[in-house]
Amino acid sequence: MTHANPNSVLTGTHFMNGDAACCEGLLAAGARFAAGYPITPSTEVVERFAARTPKTGGLFIQMEDELAASIAIQGMVWAGEKSFTVTSGPGFSLMMEHIGYAAMTETPCVFVDVQRGGPSTGLPTLPAQGDMMQARFGSHGDYLTIALVPDSPQECFDLAVESMNLAERFRIPVMFMMDECVGHMTEKVVIPPAEQIPVYPRRRTTKKPGEYLPFAPGEDLVPEMAHAGEGHGLFVTGLTHDDRGYPLMNPAQQHKLVNRLFDKILRAADDLVMVEEEGMEDAEAVVICYGITSRVARRGIQLAREKGHKVGLMRLKCVWPFPEKLVHGLAGRMKAIVVPELNLGQVVLEVERCAAGQCRVIRLPHAGGTVHKPADIVAAIERGMA
Amino acid sequence: MLTEIRIAGFGGQGVILSAHVLGRAAAIGQGGYATMTQNYGPEARGGAASAALVVSDEPILYPYLTEPDILVVMSQEAYSRFTPELKEGGVLIVERDLVHMDSKALGRRVYSIPATRIAEELGKKMVLNVVMVGFLCAITKAVDREACREAVSDSVPSRFKELNLNAFDRGYDYGIELLKTNPEPTRQGSVSHVELESANW
Repeated sequence: MTHANPNSVLTGTHFMNGDAACCEGLLAAGARFAAGYPITPSTEVVERFAARTPKTGGLFIQMEDELAASIAIQGMVWAGEKSFTVTSGPGFSLMMEHIGYAAMTETPCVFVDVQRGGPSTGLPTLPAQGDMMQARFGSHGDYLTIALVPDSPQECFDLAVESMNLAERFRIPVMFMMDECVGHMTEKVVIPPAEQIPVYPRRRTTKKPGEYLPFAPGEDLVPEMAHAGEGHGLFVTGLTHDDRGYPLMNPAQQHKLVNRLFDKILRAADDLVMVEEEGMEDAEAVVICYGITSRVARRGIQLAREKGHKVGLMRLKCVWPFPEKLVHGLAGRMKAIVVPELNLGQVVLEVERCAAGQCRVIRLPHAGGTVHKPADIVAAIERGMA
Repeated sequence: MLTEIRIAGFGGQGVILSAHVLGRAAAIGQGGYATMTQNYGPEARGGAASAALVVSDEPILYPYLTEPDILVVMSQEAYSRFTPELKEGGVLIVERDLVHMDSKALGRRVYSIPATRIAEELGKKMVLNVVMVGFLCAITKAVDREACREAVSDSVPSRFKELNLNAFDRGYDYGIELLKTNPEPTRQGSVSHVELESANW
């Protein structure tokens, strides 16, 4: 780990919205290239990036569409810069093919999705959490991904840094799943001094051309990276490939490669359990939530506790990979798990799978456009406790 | 203590900036908490604009307004649309020349200020939003005066700093004077028809 370049860190206390904070986080983490196509409610992220780059260095390109944006960033990664793109639901759908390409070619990058109501163009200016399964399974074929979900502008900064760090560490596309409410909400954001912001550097190889194999896994199953133009004769393809990066399309290589893409993340699954717990000491039921919904859930829990219900909160900051062991263990100790989310039931499917019938799982779906009412959370808790 | 504030008017009046200034004052100047959200129409100028601000001395969980305590309106449309949601006995702050009140204001504590005219006297109509912020600050004490001045000064380009601070002070002083002559515009926490007429003036 190194730390952030002070040139790109806006150290201080700000009153800023989540989109701006996300941009600052990615800049602090070392992003120097962004490509995007404008879409509400995400545009402010790259608008700010474009405005900041004359000072920080770097480049923003507005591409002709989201397909182009999502592959342009990968070109720049192989050229040597940390890169990201930003979009919302309809654009995220268009980016799916290239998310798979990034997974297959082990191209570290961040996809920011500021979620709005869907399907299709849905509700451009209003929040939802309807892309959570798409973040996990959206592209074809088998791959694993990491998805972080912030619940405040402060976390849009903190977890944006983390997203870029994880992308570099595992050499994967990381999904940063914001929503319209968090993105457009303005709150206090404290940006620490650059030396207090850990940054995961590009995993550059020290091997010479000829000795270096671009896709030969290291000890943690992640290969070292070389950049184009450095004499390594890189070959990068979405086809199933060998350690040299050359197409090798047979069942044995497919098995070896795709399993490694899974295993490099699964092996570190315990490191990726990022949860915030509250009131779990005496809890008989728990609300499992993520993103903006967790703030409403917290209010609901306060109200339920005033009524005498022993309820705790478990907020997932990292939804993918899903904290399977943790939720399985929890389900064995709880009467009920309540899962509010701004979709008609996505992450709750994972909760149900991991709870494996040990306790009641109460779904609290919402089609989006606004957030749940705290009273809805209380009612669901009461259903679980009854 | 949690206070819910809505500020609404036309796009281009600086509605969002005024909420931003108040939020910044509460969250940074006073070291409390503030959450601002906003609604806007698709138009860049002239459409309806509104900002919602929650200020509190504790972390804010629910991000939106439930029952506003304070409503600031700078257009007739904003007045008509948002006054019904203002809490009974809540504070209604109106731009006197841009809003004509009717029975919707009944039951609210109404304070009006010719903010646009004051801003024009200062040489720039654009600063009417900051005049409103100063006025709100004096009337409601929702946010500390010094924190608010500091937030104004931090939120505008340096060449407009003095102008904006003057605008803030004019609005603030107008509010203090109004409170002296008319400390409580309502009986039993509500404005009567007669008072409504005089407020419309």
